[in-house]
Amino acid sequence: MRLAMREALLAFRRAPLLSALGITTIAFSLFAFGLFGLVTINIRDALRAVEDRVELRAFLVDGTTEDALATAMGDIGAFPEVREVGYVSSDSALVRSREELAEFSDVFDASVLPASIEVRLREGQRDPVTVQAVADRIATYPFIDDVRFGLEWVTKLYAVRTAAVYTGIGLGIVFALVAVIIIGSTIRMAVLARAREIEIMRLVGATNGFVRLPFLIEGTLKGMLGGVLAVGMAYLAHTAVSRMLFETVFFTPAQVGIGIAAGAALGFLGSLLSVGRHLRAVWRDA
Amino acid sequence: MSGVLRLDAVTKEYPRTGVAVRDVSFAVDKGEFVFLTGPSGSGKSTLLKLLSFAERPSQGDVKVSGFSSATLRDREIPQLRRRLGIVFQDFRLLTDRTVEANVAFALEVTGAAAGTIGTKVGRLLTQVGLASKATAMPHELSGGEQQRVAIARALANDPFLLLADEPTGNLDERATRGIVQLLREINALGTAVIMATHDLSLIMRSGYRYLELERGTLLYDGTDARRLTRHQ
Repeated sequence: MRLAMREALLAFRRAPLLSALGITTIAFSLFAFGLFGLVTINIRDALRAVEDRVELRAFLVDGTTEDALATAMGDIGAFPEVREVGYVSSDSALVRSREELAEFSDVFDASVLPASIEVRLREGQRDPVTVQAVADRIATYPFIDDVRFGLEWVTKLYAVRTAAVYTGIGLGIVFALVAVIIIGSTIRMAVLARAREIEIMRLVGATNGFVRLPFLIEGTLKGMLGGVLAVGMAYLAHTAVSRMLFETVFFTPAQVGIGIAAGAALGFLGSLLSVGRHLRAVWRDA
Repeated sequence: MSGVLRLDAVTKEYPRTGVAVRDVSFAVDKGEFVFLTGPSGSGKSTLLKLLSFAERPSQGDVKVSGFSSATLRDREIPQLRRRLGIVFQDFRLLTDRTVEANVAFALEVTGAAAGTIGTKVGRLLTQVGLASKATAMPHELSGGEQQRVAIARALANDPFLLLADEPTGNLDERATRGIVQLLREINALGTAVIMATHDLSLIMRSGYRYLELERGTLLYDGTDARRLTRHQ
């Protein structure tokens, strides 16, 4: 193991340019993937904020008793889809309307606006079908006059969200594949540069595992360094956009960890595949 | 004397280039020195590849020191290689390491104890006459000296058999004599040597047994040097 480590580090020292080039290539391909990831999580966050505003409003019939209302609110609050239930009295509805539509404040009259129940749904329960089902259920209470939730708006939002998810997965796969191909060929170059060492190791009777080890270490290290560099570049991009354009979110520490680990894993796999070919043919003709 | 290797009716056929070795049988005894000769493409290198298990025979059986091509598994090959020394015409040294590092490499990659490597490398370099060039880089050496480094490396794991594929092919007359002399000394210490060569005068002067190949077939196996004068 110590010898393998030495050989792996020696490779960096002997061919610093090739190593640096390899790490940079890996870094850029992971960076492209990382940028895409950043865009994805930011779109997801923005959509989530919009989705958060999906709410149902159930207008109450005049003269609904407080008891009936409290029981109904308890029931609705216990629906698995529901996150929170709130009561908006006729008076507070008036205050809110005057605030939101200040220019019409004098038009509103206390008797115009009915009291209502506001229902917000849990994440993942905001698709049109679920929202409609909850609305239907609420509408069955005899003291509910009407339930509104803007079906058209919810349907559109859901379509956008679905498109974003599938585009994200599709593009993610393409970007990941590109990264794998680039990293694979970078490591293959490094292995080719040391074909002679592999040949001699095999000649004097080193086992396959022994021949592989330094390359696996080298590839894993390169992948990891490339990953760290890519995270750095992505952070710079995030900071620049946040300062100059709009506030964006960055990866969580766990996501950063996964990114670097993925770089290491790609480096490891790339080396494993590249060295494998060299282990089959040994005795090159002079 | 006990045999170190035996070939029984060995044929090697390549899918694209056809038959390289056809129905060859011979045996080599412990401590023997055997030349392998024949024109280019006659199958000398293929035979050496078969002996080092870089290739498997299409037919027949290759036995080297108890390992048989019929039963040897791929992952056992390194075990056999550690008991063989292999030398090439083009030396195949690691050009970015010193002479001693090249020799030590063979010991390191086969798992020799770190404490013993330095002493052993020193002894091997003394044996091939290069003790004073231990810290030189390969490109600073003459061809003959580079081949000596390659031989020291081949001897690192105390092989019972040394396979040499045209080891003097790139060397001048004087270096050639030195290398052959070195191989004879190694042979005198008990290591069997099989040396492929084009150089018929080498074989004639030695009086050793030689195998003559032509188009993959074993034409002659014996010590009669007079036959070779006819080829010259």
